[in-house]
Amino acid sequence: MSTTVSRPDTDGGPPGGTGRRRPTLKSTLVWTAVAVVGAVAWTVLALSRGESVSALWMLFAALCSYAIAYRFYARFIAYRALRVDDRRATPAERLHNGIDFDVTDRRVLFGHHFAAIAGAGPLVGPVLAAQMGYLPGTIWIVVGVIFAGAVQDMVVLFFSMRRNGKSLGQMVREEIGIVGGVAALIAVFAIMILILAVLALIVVNALAESPWGVFSIALTIPIALFMGVYLRVLRPGRVLEATAIGVVLLLLAIVGGGWIDNTGLADALTLSKEWLVLALVVYGFVASVLPVWLLLTPRDYLSTFMKIGVIALLAVSLLIARPVLQADAITDFAREGTGPVFAGSLFPFVFITIACGALSGFHALISSGTTPKMVAKESQVRLIGYGGMLMESFVAISALIAAVVIDQGLYYAMNAPAGVTGGTPETAAAYVSGLGFPTSAADLAAASAAVQEPSLISRTGGAPTLAVGISEIFSNAFGGNLQAFWYHFAIMFEALFILTAVDAGTRVGRFMLQDTIGNVWKKFGDLSWRPGNIIASAIVVGLWGGMLYIGVTDPLGGVNQLFPLFGIANQLLAAIALTLCTVLLVKHGKLKYAWITAVPLAWDLVVTMTASWQKVFSDNPAIGYFAQRNRYATALDNGEVLAPAQDVGQMQQVVTNSTINGVLQAFFALLVVVVFVNALVVIARAVRARGPLPTTEEPAVPSRIVEPSGLFATAEEKQAIAEHERLVGAGAGARGQGTFTEEGPAR
Amino acid sequence: MTADVAGPVRSAAVRAWRGVRWYLREWSGEARWDDYLAHCAAHGHQPVSRREFERRRADERERNPVSRCC
Repeated sequence: MSTTVSRPDTDGGPPGGTGRRRPTLKSTLVWTAVAVVGAVAWTVLALSRGESVSALWMLFAALCSYAIAYRFYARFIAYRALRVDDRRATPAERLHNGIDFDVTDRRVLFGHHFAAIAGAGPLVGPVLAAQMGYLPGTIWIVVGVIFAGAVQDMVVLFFSMRRNGKSLGQMVREEIGIVGGVAALIAVFAIMILILAVLALIVVNALAESPWGVFSIALTIPIALFMGVYLRVLRPGRVLEATAIGVVLLLLAIVGGGWIDNTGLADALTLSKEWLVLALVVYGFVASVLPVWLLLTPRDYLSTFMKIGVIALLAVSLLIARPVLQADAITDFAREGTGPVFAGSLFPFVFITIACGALSGFHALISSGTTPKMVAKESQVRLIGYGGMLMESFVAISALIAAVVIDQGLYYAMNAPAGVTGGTPETAAAYVSGLGFPTSAADLAAASAAVQEPSLISRTGGAPTLAVGISEIFSNAFGGNLQAFWYHFAIMFEALFILTAVDAGTRVGRFMLQDTIGNVWKKFGDLSWRPGNIIASAIVVGLWGGMLYIGVTDPLGGVNQLFPLFGIANQLLAAIALTLCTVLLVKHGKLKYAWITAVPLAWDLVVTMTASWQKVFSDNPAIGYFAQRNRYATALDNGEVLAPAQDVGQMQQVVTNSTINGVLQAFFALLVVVVFVNALVVIARAVRARGPLPTTEEPAVPSRIVEPSGLFATAEEKQAIAEHERLVGAGAGARGQGTFTEEGPAR
Repeated sequence: MTADVAGPVRSAAVRAWRGVRWYLREWSGEARWDDYLAHCAAHGHQPVSRREFERRRADERERNPVSRCC
């Protein structure tokens, strides 16, 4: 058992050695071909103006770029800059307890990690950003993920892994300083609340006035409860069985929604946005205090299977349907910043509207914490961190395609706020045609009839648009008169995992709150103390529920108002994560590699600070929250009512909402500036020290397990594993063994 | 299809099916029960019932919430 076997340098690069091999002729030819296909695809996308362009070019441009980035750049970062060392035991191996520290197969962990990072974000942002045209979004999603998003995920994962899976907040506090740490903690909590509110807002907008949608989504709760009881009482542990039953019931619920559409039940299920807010808040609270086995865990299985299934189906059907791009490469809105979906010009707003899929700070919370405690080998951070994020980026590209292949008149009719479309097909057709996208009331009515929705006008938030795009692509790919089914299938799939994110997020927020308050009031930190659970849950739900209500009732359109705030907040969190990475590279004496995270950090700061500045100080009321506030406050003083507000009450609402949004915006930006300035001090100290500074990295312990680093084991890796097993005998590897006491799994 | 073609095709299909099944069982955590039984057999422990085992795993999950991203 005690034999130590070091894995040979199968990847050619360091650790330890300099054994770079000459590339073989075959690999040279393959990578040249990938580069050529990618270059051609990018050229077609960039140069075509007015011709009909297949959406597959977007897919190929992205896939070829990802492949090259993963093969060369990710490897450079892992082996040259981070110097991953497979002779060193990971926390999963050293601290193995079979619970949170657990050596996990890299492919299984990739699945877990991807399921944790990918949600509604990469589906919604690109849909909204489609108002700038297909090219800016595509470039940012691909370039952003390669140089910023995937780098952040991998580097945070690596540094957290070297520190036994410490959380982002903990690392900032210990490595940067107490001031930065406190600012980061507040930022993480506040941003989480905002993200939950915006996600819930998307669900509300997708379900309002849609009895079919409400029926199917409501049924997911009893389905999840049934699965929970099944797994707890009837057949403990048979997850796959329970999930299969759940998926079948889910599909029946979607079909059933179509039937109730024509019955008396439809009226009862046609809910206003306000009622849906109430329902979501109650649901979120109950889910947070119920035991997880009853609702949360089964829901999570369902939503993950649906997520992976739909994404795979979308990729396949894109290849079959080969839709043609309907949007312009770059629209006038990109230059003028007058788009109806969200205000502001291409720079900086495309880069914050698309956060998830290109660069998402939220991932840093998952790359530190859960995943690093399960990595088997250090070199696997490339597959799990960088590869996982490439996969999410691919989801974002697919969502962007779905938004730019639908009729653009319909796109704007769906995504402009009700205040400007007027809410009816006639007024919407007139408005959208006026924008330069000719459409007719009959066309818009036909589009909503095709998916059996009462109306598609001003169904903002991205989810309904994506569902229309998916339903068209699926119908073209698979035939049959199933567009309405596919539409509600897509809505269900989005709502399902948004709700999973909302209840999981509420719970995490509750734990954070209890932990923080527990520092001053010990009893409150006790997670088994029921009143504490209830109070903390109520506070978290109340906070996001309040923001949600503000968004839902906003006369100017909640998505239009809140989505920029959400995007900026997420990217500001990324700025904190990238700051931490840069500080750690410098402290570890790797100043010459610090650009790897410093360059994306600089870009991210320029984007978020410009956007924050404009949202706070711009004198254009369409962009600046306070300019908006002043405009409405002045009008209110003069006794005027400004469109789209319809009465004095709505005028006051605009004034209040703009103030709240503006203050939040300034607050987030300030927190990040605090962390950044604190970091600069630490960096200056480290640079002056001319050598590595002490960090909280755990000392190296030799590893006793042998595992491949990439998705597929190479011939050398297979040989090394066989050799290792011969030496130490069967069953020596830690994977799958678990640490168990006589009473069951160890505590 | 002749037998000498069907053989490799079938064995490839069987392998693929086994791979998918292995992946899903590992991913969903179902395989943890098998690991536990193997562990008990190797160390001569008396295993607890499956119900009890899964209950403890659920309790663990109660204390360690997993985050789901946007």
